[in-house]
Amino acid sequence: MATVGARRLGRRIVIHLLLVPFLIFALFPFYHMALTSLKQDKELYDRQAVPLLIRQGATLEHYAKLLWETEFLTWTKNSLLVTVLATTVSLVIGTAAAYALARLKFFGVGGIGTGIFVTYLVPTSLLFLPLAQVVNWLGLGDSKWALVVTYPTFLVPFCTWLLIGYFRTVPKEIEECAMVDGATRIQALWRIILPIAVPGLVCAALFAFTLSWNEFIYALTFTSSSEEITASVGITSELIRGDIYFWGSLMAGAVLGSVPIVVLYVFFLDYYVSGLTAGAVK
Amino acid sequence: MAIGGVRAVAAQAPASIRARLSVLLDRDRVLGPLFVSPALFLLLLLVAYPFCMAMYFSVSNAFIGRPSHLVGFVNFINLWKSDAFRQTFQNAFVFTGAAVACKIVLGLSLALLLNEQLWWKRAIRGAVLLPWVIPTALSTLGWWWMFNSLYSVVNWTGIAMGLMDPPGPNWLGQKYYAMTAVVLVNIWRGLPFFAITILAGLVAIPKELYEAAHADGAGTVARFWYVTLPLLKPVLAIVVLFSTIFTFSEFNIVFVLTHGGPVNSTHLFATLARQIGLESGRIGEGAAISLYLFPVLALVVYAQLRFVRKEVY
Repeated sequence: MATVGARRLGRRIVIHLLLVPFLIFALFPFYHMALTSLKQDKELYDRQAVPLLIRQGATLEHYAKLLWETEFLTWTKNSLLVTVLATTVSLVIGTAAAYALARLKFFGVGGIGTGIFVTYLVPTSLLFLPLAQVVNWLGLGDSKWALVVTYPTFLVPFCTWLLIGYFRTVPKEIEECAMVDGATRIQALWRIILPIAVPGLVCAALFAFTLSWNEFIYALTFTSSSEEITASVGITSELIRGDIYFWGSLMAGAVLGSVPIVVLYVFFLDYYVSGLTAGAVK
Repeated sequence: MAIGGVRAVAAQAPASIRARLSVLLDRDRVLGPLFVSPALFLLLLLVAYPFCMAMYFSVSNAFIGRPSHLVGFVNFINLWKSDAFRQTFQNAFVFTGAAVACKIVLGLSLALLLNEQLWWKRAIRGAVLLPWVIPTALSTLGWWWMFNSLYSVVNWTGIAMGLMDPPGPNWLGQKYYAMTAVVLVNIWRGLPFFAITILAGLVAIPKELYEAAHADGAGTVARFWYVTLPLLKPVLAIVVLFSTIFTFSEFNIVFVLTHGGPVNSTHLFATLARQIGLESGRIGEGAAISLYLFPVLALVVYAQLRFVRKEVY
């Protein structure tokens, strides 16, 4: 018995050792990013120094520079505004569409469902050129509102798709019981189905938030002035100005720009795991 | 039909407007279209319509701030005459092929490891998934710094371990190294999706099948080959299809890391479309380049609808 136990333990240790390269691959860029953002310039640009550690003392000067000498706070505010609004709008539109497609019988339901699935696969990089024209016609050129309007084009299909799966798992009988007892369909949806589907809604909201916070190509194309751009665009474009000593602030920006997502991620890890697989596999 | 329904209800129920409305909303025929219409309106206006515009632009001489005319397939012909486009076309296939192939192999390996009994299961999964949730544009900045020509930590480590001769390759300045770098970052960012999705597929395989195979004398390799792989096929197909379309249309990584350089050697359709369509203002040609993403998209959609999803929509 002891040998079986020992063999199992040995196997477990080997598995963990095999995981180490994968973990280093996944995490090292973040470690290096954070490290660089905390290093003093003189160590950062010392080619004799070991780049994997901080030996000459950490500093917050890059963060200070980023926060007080650039428009970083404005960009972050824009990102938050766009993300929260686009997520909310998409969640409402997506929930309604998903409920209709999962539960109601009406003309064209199959075709519309397929259509929404197809738009879910359309990459943003296919449409950004003509969409820029549409945005100009709507009078939203170089405005963060252009992003609030366009982000739902990829968020709504995603939310709809994810929520159709959740609504289908709720037994029809629950709803029918409520309706037999005199509730209207909308009351049944509001009081019974939505409360049951809360995990699905949370999951959809998290993914919508993450997708729009991380969006880059539309933000880069539709906005350009410093007051309108989002965090990702600001950090990648405005901090690079031919100045040699910008790496510290650049990495500080990359770290801070990821903070909202990391916070959500730490609290809702399980939702991320389930949503990722649901989006593809359901 | 809907109007007839409204009249019938109105005649039957002479109650308050509110009651009539609620009766009406109980009908699938009324509530369904009502619930779907916002999504439909949005997608028609901001996906279908721009898509038609892209098709029009691609056969016109559209230029920023100028009226456009139909010119037929001139844009497509011009593209094939340009070295930059031919290079991009080749890059797109090399990039997608290499990245997706590596992601399958590494993703499957990682999923098999994650499916074992682990001590810090949640933490390990969280760490593995992290590259996928962090904004790509920002994490690619980290890679950009790691591949910096003077201070590359990749080269420093390689030299320290005796794998590279000083000063090591100039990753983003040399043709093949630049492509390698771009593919590597794409693998880094896409691996979690493969690993976690394949893991979900692995978890769903009934344990009894392995026990039966074991009882029949199948070894580890045989069990993987005859039990795991065949049962994993649907999940693998979905993951590969999804990843193909999103890798083929990659923009962020190339834009941040190399801007398509050196000498177009890492341009993909999306980045070249931006350069030609926005930076040079030739919208027609830019739209034509973007449309090269469409055949792959169509193929993936077809495969998804035809083979993968039994229950369509």
